[in-house]
Amino acid sequence: MRRAVLILVPYLWLLALFLVPFIIVLKISLSDIALAIPPYTPTLDLSEGWAGIKAFFGALDFENFWFLTTDDLYWKAYLSSVQIAIIATLLTLLVGYPIAYGMANAPDHWRPTLMLLVILPFWTSFLIRVYSWMGILSNEGYLNQFLLWTGLISEPLTILNTPIAVYIGIVYTYLPFMILPIYAALERMDGSLLEAAEDLGCSRLSAFWLVTIPLSRNGIIAGCFLVFIPTIGEFVIPSLLGGSQTLMIGKVLWEEFFNNRDWPVASAVAVILLLILIIPIILFQRNEQKNREADG
Amino acid sequence: MRRLTWFNATSLTFGFAFLYLPMVLLVIYSFNESKLVTVWAGFSTRWYGELLRNEAFLDAAWVTIQVAFVSSTIATILGTMGAYVIVRAGRFTGRTLFSGMIYAPLVMPEVITGLSLLLLFIGIGLDRGMFTIILAHTTFSMCYVSVVVSSRLVTFDRSLEEAALDLGCSPMQAFRLVTLPIIAPAVVAGWLLAFTLSLDDLVIASFTAGPSATTLPIKIWSSIRLGVSPEINALSTLLIAVVSVGVIAASIVTKRSALRQEAEERAAERT
Repeated sequence: MRRAVLILVPYLWLLALFLVPFIIVLKISLSDIALAIPPYTPTLDLSEGWAGIKAFFGALDFENFWFLTTDDLYWKAYLSSVQIAIIATLLTLLVGYPIAYGMANAPDHWRPTLMLLVILPFWTSFLIRVYSWMGILSNEGYLNQFLLWTGLISEPLTILNTPIAVYIGIVYTYLPFMILPIYAALERMDGSLLEAAEDLGCSRLSAFWLVTIPLSRNGIIAGCFLVFIPTIGEFVIPSLLGGSQTLMIGKVLWEEFFNNRDWPVASAVAVILLLILIIPIILFQRNEQKNREADG
Repeated sequence: MRRLTWFNATSLTFGFAFLYLPMVLLVIYSFNESKLVTVWAGFSTRWYGELLRNEAFLDAAWVTIQVAFVSSTIATILGTMGAYVIVRAGRFTGRTLFSGMIYAPLVMPEVITGLSLLLLFIGIGLDRGMFTIILAHTTFSMCYVSVVVSSRLVTFDRSLEEAALDLGCSPMQAFRLVTLPIIAPAVVAGWLLAFTLSLDDLVIASFTAGPSATTLPIKIWSSIRLGVSPEINALSTLLIAVVSVGVIAASIVTKRSALRQEAEERAAERT
């Protein structure tokens, strides 16, 4: 009895507020836009009994999905989201790995402080961290002021509202997600393995490639997924830093919903986005499972 | 092995400079006299004054704190129950679906979560406002609480609970007197995480908020879309200060309690 209550309360909550809403999205993605409240048809009318249900299902179709393939805005947005996410993940790895490596090789008594310094930005508002780059990257921003002052450039560089700003924003905000798993993997590494490699004639660089990198592989994979998955549906960063040039699907969905008020198309965009995400999510889960088994 | 080579020192210096310089600049320029944010015109606390007189921001801040407090508290209760179910309840019908629903919101893009909840609220005719934001925030943050608490529950020694039951505790008493104190750090961490996630959330709140309730991130969003503003710099500085003090205090407290526990364990071993 007590067990049943324990299971049912969170179960029903999630069913009502996670699964049911998603089914509604699926249903509306198959509906048509209408000038009504709510702005789509058909709506299920149970008072008409079986005939109403039949009419309801009869009116659902894949028209919105068909529309997504005909207008190249959408598939370009999906494609460029995936592309931006891949490049940004690799950049985050390039920036994050040396930091994680430095942390793992720092003196023992430094490490709790370094950990705290990596985690602290994670607790700070995401919106503010993205916002802080607007003042740095704009034409009159601190970066251009600094570069003009050093004489490296004579004209201010345009960085804000370009894809470069989006990459900087993603690397900056998701860096802790990359550093922490890599650090965890490197910290557990047995230092004597490197000494053995060097004794056996490896140079320090080849010891790094042949020993350190393979041993931190699981951390690298976990970090990459933790950056890649949320980046694809990112909305705040492309909207604040990317300007009109950067096309990302999270932003398209937002605009379709709030600006165009086309709920059926917004829902169809959401369904496809989820289908794209399923593959990396399954791969990530499998990697985590493997890590757990290796640990246990 | 663990010594600071020049390579490590440089990568740490550059890495942390990259992580902290943007926020340091934000803090410095929040004390700028000029309305032009990027041009330094002397020290002033003018923007903090303007911020405190701006009632729209204060109202939004109050709504945000209420939402965060209520949603993180409910999320902690539900999330702890969820973790218990995942780790302890064994087999039951629909277990796979349950664990799927616990983990899915963690990887679900916020735009989708927001959209789906909004469509639900409209579908059942619920007026959007503070209540709907609380429902939305509770739903996604309970999953984070579950993950944090279940990682603690997995390492929990069940024989302690069984001993309590053998000694005559009711299951509820055993939970309150034995299990809860042991998993308490994870529950507190989960609550803090849920609280900050709620404070921070823009996307889901934008979908689920109505005209009657605006949260601070929505307010910040609508003013920074037009560009940087000195008032937002002041607000950001205050938020950064609160978070830093909170995180540093929490880490000192956990370190102290870890040291105390270590000392107690050592004392127990000696006797």
